Amino acid sequence: MYKARIYVNYKPSVLDPKAEVIKNTLARTGQDNVQSVLYGKYFELELAAADKDAAAKQVDNICDQMLANVNMETYRFDIVEEARA
Amino acid sequence: MKAAVLSFPGSNCDQDLLWALSDIAGIPADLVPASATDLSGYDLVCVPGGFSYGDYLRSGAIANFAPVMAALKKHAANGGLVLGICNGFQILCEAGLLPGALQFNESLNFICESEPLTVVNTNTAFSGDYQPDETIHLPIAHGEGNYYADPETLAAIEAKQQVVFRYAANPNGSLNDIAGLTNAAGNVLGMMPHPERAVETLLGGRDGLAMFTALKKQMEGAAYATRRA
Repeated sequence: MYKARIYVNYKPSVLDPKAEVIKNTLARTGQDNVQSVLYGKYFELELAAADKDAAAKQVDNICDQMLANVNMETYRFDIVEEARA
Repeated sequence: MKAAVLSFPGSNCDQDLLWALSDIAGIPADLVPASATDLSGYDLVCVPGGFSYGDYLRSGAIANFAPVMAALKKHAANGGLVLGICNGFQILCEAGLLPGALQFNESLNFICESEPLTVVNTNTAFSGDYQPDETIHLPIAHGEGNYYADPETLAAIEAKQQVVFRYAANPNGSLNDIAGLTNAAGNVLGMMPHPERAVETLLGGRDGLAMFTALKKQMEGAAYATRRA
């Protein structure tokens, strides 16, 4: 069994109004040393696969086709092997 | 001449669209569930507004995997007319039938207002009954209508004159004030404003009606100088 840890974020060229609100609120509460805020999504998928490469290939496809909209988002992930129960 | 109005779990403008098409514009129309797998026999397929599948993941993202979508993509690839409104626009972008994507409004507010729009391209199957550069008013009702495309895509859209409607007073942060646009072939149009909510004076205005009359003429074979011709 493999676990994929997936991070989806807006491309740097996309202005994310939610992240801007968080950054502005931090500044308003005295934490104006925070230079930037990235606000994204985190997914964990557990999947059975023949090997780590096969799992990575499948997860990459899942990200590209469903979990991220590559028009405005980027994604990255890592895969860890989990001990079988 | 026949139109389909798709209905996904969470669609909430499907009945309005059906009424605008059939009762007001006189275009025979069927409500077609998202579970359908065949759209043959329809000249126009409409994807209505709402919150398909609760807008989970991203607006339109789950709808893109509904059974009917393969048939919709086939219909579009064959040159069939497709009209996506609001959530329907978001679904068409997610499906890759239109370029770009729709982001949260810049203000983060859900906006429900009548908006002035400029009709910047009347040379389409959808907009031939408007006057060039005519200002019309259509209601918008969305939280995620902020149109985004990367600079290369945006340049290509403008070069091919795919933009049909621009906001006169950009309410949501959309790049290039884009409120509605077609694909490169011109047979698929997506727009955030709701023409189907503006087809009767009693309900606040009729500026949306010209879209449906244009589509009717198009389907009846009237000579329109569209890009498809």
